[in-house]
Amino acid sequence: MISAAEALKDFQKITPKTIPLVEPFSKGHRACQGCGEVLALRMAAKAVGMDMIAVSATGCMEIISSSYQTAWETPWIHVAFENAAAVASGVEAGRKAMIRKGKIKDNGSKIVAFAGDGATADIGLQALSGALERGHDFTYICLDNEAYMNTGIQRSSSTPFGAMTTTSPPGKVSKGQMTWKKNMPMIAAAHNIPYVATASPAWHVDLMNKVKKAVSIPGPAYIHIYSPCPTGWRCPPETSIETARKVVQSKVFPLFEVIDGQFILTRDIKKPIPVEEYLKTQRRFGHLKPEDVAYIQKRVDADYDRLLKLVQATNPEA
Amino acid sequence: MGRRVGLEVSLACAEVVGLCNADVVAAYPITPQTHIVEHLSEMVADGHLDAEFVPVESEHSAMSCCVGSSAAGARTFTSTSSQGLALMHEILFIAASLRLPIVMAVANRSLSGPISIWNDHSDIMAERDIGWIQTFAENGQEVVDLTMHAFKVAEDKRVCLPVAVNLDGFILTHVIEPIELPDQEEVDAYLPSFEPSQSLDTANPISMGIVGMPEIYTEAKKANAVALEESYEVIKEHWAGLAEKFGRTYKPIETYRTDDADTVFVTMGSLGETTMSAVDQMRDDGIKVGQVRIRLWRPFPVEDFMEAIAGAKTLIVIDRALSPGLPAGPVGTELRGLLYAKGAKQYVANFVCGLGGRDVTRSQFVEMYQTATKAAASGEEMTCQMVGVKE
Ligand SMILES: Cc1ncc(C[n+]2csc(CCOP(=O)(O)OP(=O)(O)O)c2C)c(N)n1
Ligand code: SF4
Repeated sequence: MISAAEALKDFQKITPKTIPLVEPFSKGHRACQGCGEVLALRMAAKAVGMDMIAVSATGCMEIISSSYQTAWETPWIHVAFENAAAVASGVEAGRKAMIRKGKIKDNGSKIVAFAGDGATADIGLQALSGALERGHDFTYICLDNEAYMNTGIQRSSSTPFGAMTTTSPPGKVSKGQMTWKKNMPMIAAAHNIPYVATASPAWHVDLMNKVKKAVSIPGPAYIHIYSPCPTGWRCPPETSIETARKVVQSKVFPLFEVIDGQFILTRDIKKPIPVEEYLKTQRRFGHLKPEDVAYIQKRVDADYDRLLKLVQATNPEA
Repeated sequence: MGRRVGLEVSLACAEVVGLCNADVVAAYPITPQTHIVEHLSEMVADGHLDAEFVPVESEHSAMSCCVGSSAAGARTFTSTSSQGLALMHEILFIAASLRLPIVMAVANRSLSGPISIWNDHSDIMAERDIGWIQTFAENGQEVVDLTMHAFKVAEDKRVCLPVAVNLDGFILTHVIEPIELPDQEEVDAYLPSFEPSQSLDTANPISMGIVGMPEIYTEAKKANAVALEESYEVIKEHWAGLAEKFGRTYKPIETYRTDDADTVFVTMGSLGETTMSAVDQMRDDGIKVGQVRIRLWRPFPVEDFMEAIAGAKTLIVIDRALSPGLPAGPVGTELRGLLYAKGAKQYVANFVCGLGGRDVTRSQFVEMYQTATKAAASGEEMTCQMVGVKE
């Protein structure tokens, strides 16, 4: 198989002027106002184009897109909560065998799995790990709204420290979520797959280019998209993009790529904003005390430094 | 014409999946199914079968992968057993409701706990209501024929449903039997390539697996149930086709020496062979017994069954699984319900035996007969009894 870098040699970047006009994910969905997840999904789908075969995990994006009418203009399949990666493996294997046997033509279809953070970091982690390890040619996109929203805002292992959810409520002896957010992109990268990236809908052209890269590289690719959820995060619908910007500017959610094992920062944050400024955009963090915020700031800085070291270590010329 | 070979039944099963030209095999190993998938992976590795062998990380993913590949339009096979089947449980319903013609060999094995690798039917009995077509093989030849037949039925446009072929773990999977393996040309003539009525194709986009709002869920379920019921005629039709091509006849319900029998044993799977010899032995002693064997478990062949037992006064229904909390095993419960609905007068005695690999001997059939006859004569209702329990 050719390397990701080789596959990207003639990569044609999407620019603000060439943003695809197609809408593989179109009207007719029932997402909440200001939903950052559906916005991220729409941007990702645009970047893939009409050649997409989409596989969804159970979750908000599946429910809002397929009740009464379908919002999917391309072939789409939903099977269950924890198995989007395994279903995508099957679609890929089936097509591969049939193309080889001459039963169908290779029309360049791109298989893309969409799943929430719960479907990815928790219940579906095993299926995802299996599919990445086996090397299926598909792209897995985690739309991370940092909790189980479809079932009513319960915590996941992707819920950040200190966040209030219905199963991590702050109380006399609790600050809300007491564990640190599971680092899914690093877990995906540890599978040595050709392409891993993080993205935010506040950098929409960057997001689309990352998705376009992911689907043009042979083999598995993983993209982790930060996806604001006004309903679950207790913030006004019109602030989704602002929040998606602040999370990056505060270094809480750095934007990077891992191409053939090389880490690349796609947005270097030279002048970060304080974490507090990000936290205060959402009422889910409203109960935190200054010492909690200081603790988060310290860990965010440490994590970011570690990422910088990885960039230097794997990509000294950058 | 095919060739007669001495072959382990698992390998014969894998060979016939190869002859059926499967496109995708996704599977996870579990005793006693392992030889089936090991042989399939060898066949793929040797280029003897042109298929994708997907060595998934669990049975949940095996069935999920099968759903994906079948939805993409590929001929798809898997095989499992026991805990593996239980782990697939969630996705088995979805495979049926998406109307995907996946074929699965189930090497029947008991369920934990205690953990046991040996044969009974508790794995598949826990999957009675998944909406799959289910057949039970009695011997190696049946495994081969029922597997070919499974693809033929599953992919028939009038059916479009997944099919499970049950074969008893070890008793069948690990035994070498004389088997007639058909030629490639014969199989090709019986089973043309799979033409899905719908698939995931960008030229003709469809959404599969949408939300079932209360306004449509009932109708979707009904459509599923009707499809399963209506598969019955197609199943028989393709058995007739099989008989014509290969000279072996199959019926939903088989009978043995039932013509003048007062009492019949009702069995499923490989136990049927022991039952036949027990029936012969009892006949030699002048006892009028016979055997009725259920080959097609879902859809249940109601009329064929009623006809098969019409002359009998007492039924001895043998279950290979428990239904704790009910005074009958799963098969016993069903048949009692059926007879009640039909207003039939037969006395039903229900026994559970052969759990977790325990042998069922001919003398136990005689015991079951004696207990049942006594109870029937008294006319008193008899609750399910477990045979050969060491108290
Ligand atoms: C096996 C199983 N367990 C639980 C559920 C219930 N369930 C459906 S969606 C969901 C949460 C989805 O959360 P996430 O993956 O983060 O996606 P989101 O809805 O937040 O987009 C849960 C718990 C289920 N469908 N299946
Ligand atoms: S609950 Fe959140 S993620 Fe789900 S549709 Fe509403 S805003 Fe979007």
